[in-house]
Amino acid sequence: MTTSISSAVANPSPGDVYMTDQGAFASALLDPHRACPADLRSWNGSDPTPRFAVYRNNIVVSLVDALAEQFPVTLELVGAEFFRAMARAFVQQHPPRTRIIAFIGAPFADFIASFAPAASVPYLADVARLEMARIEACHAADADTLTSDAIGRVMANPQQLALVAVLFHPSVHLLSSPHAIFSLWAAHQGVLDIADVDPDVAQHVLIFRDGLDVQALQITLGAYDFLTRLRSGDTLAEAAGAAVDTDASFDLPGSIALLLRHPLVTRMEPLP
Amino acid sequence: MHGSDASTAAERPLASGDAGLRRLPLRCGVGLKAGHLRQVLDERPDAGFFEVHAENFMVPGGPLHHWLGRVREHYPLSFHGVALSIGADADLDLDHLQRLAVLLDRYQPESFSEHLAWSTHGGTYLNDLLPLPYDRPCLQRVCDHVDQIQSRLQRRMLLENPATYVRFASSTMDEGVFIHEVVRRTGCGLLLDVNNVYVSSVNHGYDAREALQGLPLDAVGEIHIAGFASQTDGAGAPLLIDNHGAPVAPAVWELYRFALASTGPVATLLERDNDVPPLTVLLAEARQADQILRGAAMPLLTAQPTDAQLASA
Repeated sequence: MTTSISSAVANPSPGDVYMTDQGAFASALLDPHRACPADLRSWNGSDPTPRFAVYRNNIVVSLVDALAEQFPVTLELVGAEFFRAMARAFVQQHPPRTRIIAFIGAPFADFIASFAPAASVPYLADVARLEMARIEACHAADADTLTSDAIGRVMANPQQLALVAVLFHPSVHLLSSPHAIFSLWAAHQGVLDIADVDPDVAQHVLIFRDGLDVQALQITLGAYDFLTRLRSGDTLAEAAGAAVDTDASFDLPGSIALLLRHPLVTRMEPLP
Repeated sequence: MHGSDASTAAERPLASGDAGLRRLPLRCGVGLKAGHLRQVLDERPDAGFFEVHAENFMVPGGPLHHWLGRVREHYPLSFHGVALSIGADADLDLDHLQRLAVLLDRYQPESFSEHLAWSTHGGTYLNDLLPLPYDRPCLQRVCDHVDQIQSRLQRRMLLENPATYVRFASSTMDEGVFIHEVVRRTGCGLLLDVNNVYVSSVNHGYDAREALQGLPLDAVGEIHIAGFASQTDGAGAPLLIDNHGAPVAPAVWELYRFALASTGPVATLLERDNDVPPLTVLLAEARQADQILRGAAMPLLTAQPTDAQLASA
């Protein structure tokens, strides 16, 4: 059954033109309807298609497996079979633009939002967005955060507040959805009963890393607006003023308390 | 280092402060799995070294770096790249190479290895180790890329022989000749994946021992052993899949012994990426390799690859 190594080496006959182009190989990998590249051979003369299928399968299955691990709540909401079919369509239509597996799911939520078979689960894309934000928070750069005492000292000078800007920790993510994405996510952590969740209620979520753990907190619309404006460079006074306009019930002390209680802020100082 | 009588003079203390002279111990290590991290740090099991996929740690910060930093304090480390795409018919991604350089600088692993394969095309990442035709243009490309990597990283890298499922009509040399040439021209070492030699020999109908002896065994800096899955091809012939999802097969243990008879003891990694068993099970399998390593005499006539490595460092 075995041939020697030297006789196993094919000598191309003169005049043969082979498609060794990696582009053709790559296109055929991701499109199961395309024929496998013409340059492929098998030692026993068998059709190389089932052999090429090993590569096709490896790529899709490894990426789908990675997404299934990274988006467990999205998966539970639609079931493994639906999720895997959706993830397969995603990786075939949008193969990763990153070589870092942790981040392959960054465009997944947008894909889900446009994936017609998932239209009957309108909150699915935003739940996936929440899961991706948790991944990004987990791997975000390390940075020292201010203690509540340090923040308190800045806050103690009311004349300065109009001028104070805030720099957030790289792990901080803010999400807003017309759906109850926090409750849906929390139900799958065993914190809430899924039967009690009304998915059609808008929710806002703050995600950040605390030590080695990623935390997700449900926050009010006003707090979401306040933190989002702070993050885009507004001063405390500007952000607070705008948040009241957005949400008449905006609770400034409660929102400041978020900054004091959690490791969110790396710098807080008056703008020059 | 961890009380094994397999320790030799070749093993240097981690605190030597000279990364260029540190080498993996001549023992069996295992892949560091996320699910095993806590146990590794809590129990500090006796393991020759731990190997990680470099790309898994190419993230800015967070718990992965925290845990790897702690593992690094207690064990030798091998970084194994899976996405440099050395065989791609395009320039190396300089951003990726830069991320790799930063990572190696931070953790100072005893070894860095990558694959004779490609995995990217036109900015897309295909997440598999794709095969190459063994012809002159490909050889030149691979050598240029290995040169570029070694010069950027300022260290010798090990190149792993692949497991393949297809051959190319355009190949003009066999894999052993190709790899010999890469090693000769670039001075890189060989990561001898014994499982890949076996899998490819079955998949392409040739003799595994002959294929193994066709590789540049005097340049081996690390060995990989792993398990495979079995399918059949279009003609019903066996087609083995390198899935790292099973214990090492008897035929691969035998080929491992055969390899060590030529190379002498070499740092060995037990690879397991799918159906990962509990850490104790993995380490018990690694101890089998340690036992074989202890029995492997230093070859009489072959120069020690580790000395060659030192000389070229």
